[in-house]
Formats: sequence, C-alpha cells, structure tokens
Amino acid sequence: MAKKSYRQAINEALAQEMRRDPTVIVMGEDNAGGLGAPGEDDAWGGVLGVTKGLMPEFGRERVLDTPISESSFIGAAAGAAATGLRPVAELMFVDFMGVCFDQIFNQAGKFRYMFGGKAVTPLVVRTMYGAGFRAASQHSQCLYPIFTHVPGLKVVLPSSPYEAKGLLIQAIRDDDPVIFLEHKVLYDDEEEVPDEPYTIPFGEANLTREGKDVTIVALGRMVKFANQVADGLETDGISCTVLDPRTTSPLDADSILESVEETGRLVVVDEASPRCNMATDISALVAEQAFGALKAPIRMVAPPHTPVPFAPELEDLYIPSPEKIGAAVREVMEHGA
Amino acid sequence: MLQLNRDDLVQAYIRMRTIREFEERVHTEFAGGAIPGFVHLYAGEEASAVGVCMNLEDKDYIASTHRGHGHCIAKGCDVEAMMKEIYGRREGSCGGKGGSMHIADLSKGMMGANGIVGGGPPLVCGAALSAKTLKTGGVAIAFVGDGGSNQGTTLESYNLANVWNLPAVFVVEDNGYAESTASAWSVGGSQLKRAEAFGMPGREVDGHDFFAVYEAAKEAVDRARAGKGPSLLHVKLNRYYGHFEGDAMTYRADGEVEALRETVDSLAAFRARVTETGLLEGRQLDDIDREVAASIGQAVTAAMSAKAPGEEDLLTDVYVSY
Ligand SMILES: Cc1ncc(C[n+]2csc(CCOP(=O)(O)OP(=O)(O)O)c2C)c(N)n1
Ligand SMILES: [Mg+2]
Repeated sequence: MAKKSYRQAINEALAQEMRRDPTVIVMGEDNAGGLGAPGEDDAWGGVLGVTKGLMPEFGRERVLDTPISESSFIGAAAGAAATGLRPVAELMFVDFMGVCFDQIFNQAGKFRYMFGGKAVTPLVVRTMYGAGFRAASQHSQCLYPIFTHVPGLKVVLPSSPYEAKGLLIQAIRDDDPVIFLEHKVLYDDEEEVPDEPYTIPFGEANLTREGKDVTIVALGRMVKFANQVADGLETDGISCTVLDPRTTSPLDADSILESVEETGRLVVVDEASPRCNMATDISALVAEQAFGALKAPIRMVAPPHTPVPFAPELEDLYIPSPEKIGAAVREVMEHGA
Repeated sequence: MLQLNRDDLVQAYIRMRTIREFEERVHTEFAGGAIPGFVHLYAGEEASAVGVCMNLEDKDYIASTHRGHGHCIAKGCDVEAMMKEIYGRREGSCGGKGGSMHIADLSKGMMGANGIVGGGPPLVCGAALSAKTLKTGGVAIAFVGDGGSNQGTTLESYNLANVWNLPAVFVVEDNGYAESTASAWSVGGSQLKRAEAFGMPGREVDGHDFFAVYEAAKEAVDRARAGKGPSLLHVKLNRYYGHFEGDAMTYRADGEVEALRETVDSLAAFRARVTETGLLEGRQLDDIDREVAASIGQAVTAAMSAKAPGEEDLLTDVYVSY
C-alpha cells in the first residue's frame, strides 16, 4: 500500500467519488483558481492545494470556483443538495462559518425535520480547523462543538490520512448534511492509504490502542498526541486505551462507556474551547451512565477559555500538549490503584 | 494644488514610503523565516491608503482588511509597535495576541485589520453611527477588496449606510485579484453601478495616483462630514506581491509584476509630480527615503530582540471583567 498524505487522501476521495457519481460536484473559493486571470488555470487548487487537479479532470462545471460570498454559495450547495446534486462545498476556514451559518444550521440542517422527513440533503461542507499554524484568532478555531450541537447535522473529524479518505467517501455518500473538518496541521502527515475507494461508517469509534488502566478519548489532531503519550506511559507501566470517536455526531457512546467500564478511568482530550465542548459532553455522558465504574475523577484536557493567540509562545501554551495529557493520565492513575 | 501644503505633501510621501519600506522589509524577513503566520503585503497600493487617510483625523475611524499594514501606517499607527506585533512580541500593538491580520489602534481611529473578508463594512456603519449619534463630526471609512466587495456583509452595509444616512465611505480597493481569482470574473455588474443602485455617489479612481485618490476621497469625506450620507470609491490598483507571502502567483502573467513595478509605481509617480511642479525637491525626498529605511531597519532590530509574551499573558485580555 502506498503512503499518502492527509491532503492526498482527501483529494483522492473527492476524485474517486466524482468519477463514480456524476452528481458529485465541488465548489469553493479558488478550489481551482485562476479564473479570469492571465496565468495558469488550476493555479491554487484550494488555499492549501487540497482540491488541485480536480478541475483539469472534471472541468469547471463540476469544480466551481466561487466569489467570496459564503452565505450564498454554501446556501446554494444546500439548495443543490436538496434538489438532486451531491455538492462538496469548501468553507476555507471553519472560522468563516460566521458569515454563512444560517444556511448550514437553519436551512440544510433542518430541512428533513421541518419538511416531515420528505427532504434529503446530501451536502458535505469540507472545512479546515484547528490551532498550530500561527494563524491567530480568526483562523485557528475548532468550533466543531457548535455544529455538533445542531440536530440534523453530522460532524466528522478525521484524525489521519486513512481516516480522512474513508470518512470523506462515507460523507459524500451519506444522505444527510455533513460537516467534514480537516485539521490544518495534519495535511502533510502520511500513512498507508489504500488506492481503492472504501468507507468508514459514522458513529463507530476507532480503538487506536487498547489498554487496561485508563481510557483516553481524543479527537482530531489530539488522537495523535494521545497515542504518543500512551507510548511513553507504557514504559512506566501505565496502559492506556485510546479511542477516536471519529464523528461527534453521531457519537459512539457505547464504545466510550464500554471502555470506561473496563478501565475505570477517563481522560478526554479536546482542542476546542473548554466550555460546552466535546470533552464536557463526553464527560457528562460517562458521569451519567458509567458512574459506578469510575475509580477516579474524570479529567478533561482542553485549551484555556480564550481566543487562539497569535504569538508562537502563547499558541504553544494554548494547545493541549502531550505533556498536559500525560499529566492528566498520571493524575487519574493516583486514584483507585 | 488642492488644499495640500508642502508639509502635507512631505507627510504623504513619508507615509507612502514607510508603507513600501515596511512591506519590502517584511517580505524579506518572512522569507528568512523570522515571521510566523499569514502575512498579506500592501506594497503597490500605498497611494490608496495614504490618499484616503490624509483626509482624516484621529477622531475618524477606518476598518481595514487582511491586507492591513498600509492602512495602519496611513492612519498613524506606531510603526515599531506594528513590526513587533508581526513578530508576535509582547510590546506589539496588540501584545502579540493578534499578529499581522489583527493590528489595531482605536486611539488612532484604526479599528483593526481583519481576518474575515467583509468583516469591516458593518463595523464602519457602527463607527459612523457613533459619530452621528455622539455628534463628533467624525466619519468612518471601510476599506474592502474587490473580493470583499462580493460579500453579503459589504452589500448589506451599503444599504444600511444609506438608509441611516451615515457619515461613511466605502473604499473598494480593486487590485485585480482575490487570492488567485480575477475581479474581472468575480464581480457581477460594476462597483459604480452597485453604488448607484444603493443610492450613493460612486467614483472610479486611479489608485496609483495619490492626488487622484486624495481628491476623490476628499469629496466623499466632506460629503459625509456635512451629513449628506455615504459614498463609494472604486480604487483601481495593483499588488506587487502574492496574495500572501508564499503564494507562487502562477495565475499571473509572466512578467506581470515586473512590468507593474516599472509602469505603475505610486511613489515614483508622486515624486515625478511634486518635483516637476517644484513643490518639493528630489533631495528632500531622497532624505526621507534614507530616514524611513533607517527607521524600518530599527523597527526590525527592535522587534527581533523584543520579548515574547509568556504564561502570564495567556489568560488576560479576554474580558474587561469576568
Ligand atoms: C469570510 C472569509 N472568506 C474567505 C477568506 C479567505 N480570504 C482571505 S483574503 C481573500 C481574498 C480577498 O480578496 P480581496 O478582497 O480582493 O482583497 P485582496 O487580498 O486582493 O487585498 C480570501 C478569499 C476570509 N479571510 N474570510
Ligand atoms: Mg483584491
């Protein structure tokens, strides 16, 4: 199997689905690039090159560049999804949801329910999230808890290239509106990714590591950190399970609960702002439904309740680090030995 | 020549030269790896920011874009503090918390660069509303790019400014591109017809000509100050660098930027105009060039050795009280 980057895996998923299904279209700002300009066509392929090569293969009728008008093109993607197409619309940075959120949460996310089950809205909104790029407060947020909060939306957080390809193909084939969040720091990460198309079902957590002492639930980029930490703790005789929920909506509550039943300890690692994030949600779930199994207080590792800072020194302090995750695990290990 | 006296012209030239020198230097420093994050340079567009802001006082507000360094300098922000901010230093304009895309100084009437395209125009309606309600005599100016001119927030602001009769001016800086997409493609209709459709005067201006921008902005600013409502300027200009630092610019024609630097250089045009008409001497301008280069050099040196923010700064500035 060939090694592919997160970026390549996403690009391949898009290309394969576009080949398979003529109703799949892609749209976004500079998704090809160079429109109306004198130089190269397909000059950008998206701001970080994720959609590069799609326009030369599928043409501008299926790879649509857009003006900077998110409310109208994300809404157009929702409308097109409800009327026969399978659009994959790119919201360049998730932070820009501010200028188009109505179309996502009041329109796309509620069609099916409001119309009494009659609408089908196979929309995918691909968007980039996360800190670590020195991109400052308006280009570094996570925000996935906000989408997760909205009934009717599905929310996907691929944590690696393999995950990205399978989850994106699933997202495109799924008949509900899906917010597909790509962590900007992961684009150059590589791992083995099959050439042929495959899907990874939503709502099934990935057990990336099995251990007996502590359950670490981690999301997105944090899955990698959690596994690194678990490697290190192994040598100290602490054995961790690391669960990647993959999708925050639907959430695989069963796998989380089962694991905590076995280990009796829970650490949740979430890069999103700490109030009302996935860590609080998952902690509440476990406190409510697996209280009896807990040998230690639940620990949440999340950033502080501040916007994402620009200065590298501050941003590094802001992001949940392997050190903080390790400290949280050691702390829960002090209980119930 | 208009209401500009010699001191004003010297001031205008200093600001334009400062912007150019600042941006050229940031370009070099970024390439050397010293500057983190996203940086969008304003070189080539100097006459627009300075031509507009020479009509403004501290009580007047501007809202800028992601390409904000030029607007900040034109509005009088402290250049060394800006450089420190771009380097992410504690003594930067925003304590290192904002960076290039968020430099602001409200005491100078600078409401911030902006990471959100179309973020500025609604804010400017608010600043204009404050000026009107508080009777400060101030005006508010939104700078927005050709790409940003297509954002709903911008178009809604045109309407709001008109129905509220606000002392606002919308300056659409059309540098031909939004990222890699040409404004020739992305803008439906025309900027001037949009102005007309929303009930405000609009003028197209050569954005490489400081005097043309100054004069058009003066008309719009005077009109706003007199309580006659908003206007729009469609300023046509060019950027010398990529969309952001690191952009290979393959969407531009071969030699496009080199040709622009030769043919449409607002600083060279300014110099020619003021020296040919005898308003200023070339020697004076040469001195300014040297002084500005030295001061930008010093700003970089100061920024490089300045202290980064630390743990004690992590939780501050989120709220006034909490
Ligand atoms: C709401 C929003 N959408 C998209 C972007 C990404 N983006 C940043 S600058 C830019 C292009 C802006 O073009 P224009 O308004 O012409 O300004 P210029 O860069 O040419 O100065 C884009 C698409 C953003 N920052 N915010
Ligand atoms: Mg532009």
